Amino acid sequence: MIVQLDLVILTLVVVCAVGALWVRDLLSAAILFGAYSFMLCLLWSIMGAVDVAFTEASVGAGVSTVFMVAAVFRTSRRTKD
Amino acid sequence: MKVLGLILVVACWILLAVGATDFPRMGDPASPAALHVSPRYLEKGLAETQTPNIVTAVLADYRGYDTMYETTVVFAAGVSCFLLLRFFRRQAPPHTLYRHKPSGTVVAIQRGYRLRGPHPDLVPIDRDWAPHDPIVELASRILIPLIQIFALYVVAHGHYSPGGGFQGGVILGASLILLAISQDLRTAQARLGERSNALLSAIGVLIYVGVGALALALGGNFLDYGALAGLMHVDPVYARNLGILFVEIGVAIAVMATMFFIYRNVASAGALDEGL
Repeated sequence: MIVQLDLVILTLVVVCAVGALWVRDLLSAAILFGAYSFMLCLLWSIMGAVDVAFTEASVGAGVSTVFMVAAVFRTSRRTKD
Repeated sequence: MKVLGLILVVACWILLAVGATDFPRMGDPASPAALHVSPRYLEKGLAETQTPNIVTAVLADYRGYDTMYETTVVFAAGVSCFLLLRFFRRQAPPHTLYRHKPSGTVVAIQRGYRLRGPHPDLVPIDRDWAPHDPIVELASRILIPLIQIFALYVVAHGHYSPGGGFQGGVILGASLILLAISQDLRTAQARLGERSNALLSAIGVLIYVGVGALALALGGNFLDYGALAGLMHVDPVYARNLGILFVEIGVAIAVMATMFFIYRNVASAGALDEGL
């Protein structure tokens, strides 16, 4: 485990998470959430949990992003709060 | 209201942070889980299940109940998406739209008139601005079979490498979703109809429960795959290996069908028309 790499990825996880809450455009929030999942997937694989990383990559970064984009596409693109 | 929410979130976070200090450190050899449970699996897992990837053995065999209910949760998510979103009655639009595929022209046909039989070049569309890109269509036509073969490999090779039914099923479902995105939802629905899709996601869960119930009927405990040995004429250890494979196949079918079931309802807002 390389500490510097770990720190960079952890920072990116936090940045993506805060960004997904911060932006008012829901499509950007969905994409940021996908990026967050991907960073988490990298963290899992660094920690040696390859099975979890695989699931995170396919479900979190892949399919759930598609679901959220589809839901945004079918509703409204701006948040109201 | 927002301030109240912020105070609540911060208070919960502080509680969580205080509670987390009681946890054992990551990789602590003296933590309770590392003292009894993990060594048992790591030392005896291979001898008991013939599965080199201990994660798969733990998920599908030692903790088979958990995985069974996880599959049921996925199935329930698909069913609730269907119940919330799907609607069946809709008024007929003033005109139906068709795209002439070779030229890209959109043809509107008024209500009361219709095409005489299906035309090979005219495909029905719902909105005249729906984008259409032959390059994306062709690229995904080449990609989808490769993705599906990889997904089958992930399902079948879960005993030896990372992967298994859940991941493989998600990748299979993603290949169907890619087909629905790159062409349109109607093309994907022609491959996998709504009824068979719903049936498949139930069948996947039933395969899992059925393997468990079969073990029960043959005199073992529920989900104790060693009891299947007499049925398949193999020794009990290898029977557990095969039992893991059976339930992984069930999980893969259930997850694949449910992913596409959720997508088709979300992407078309329950109308099951051309989708995104």
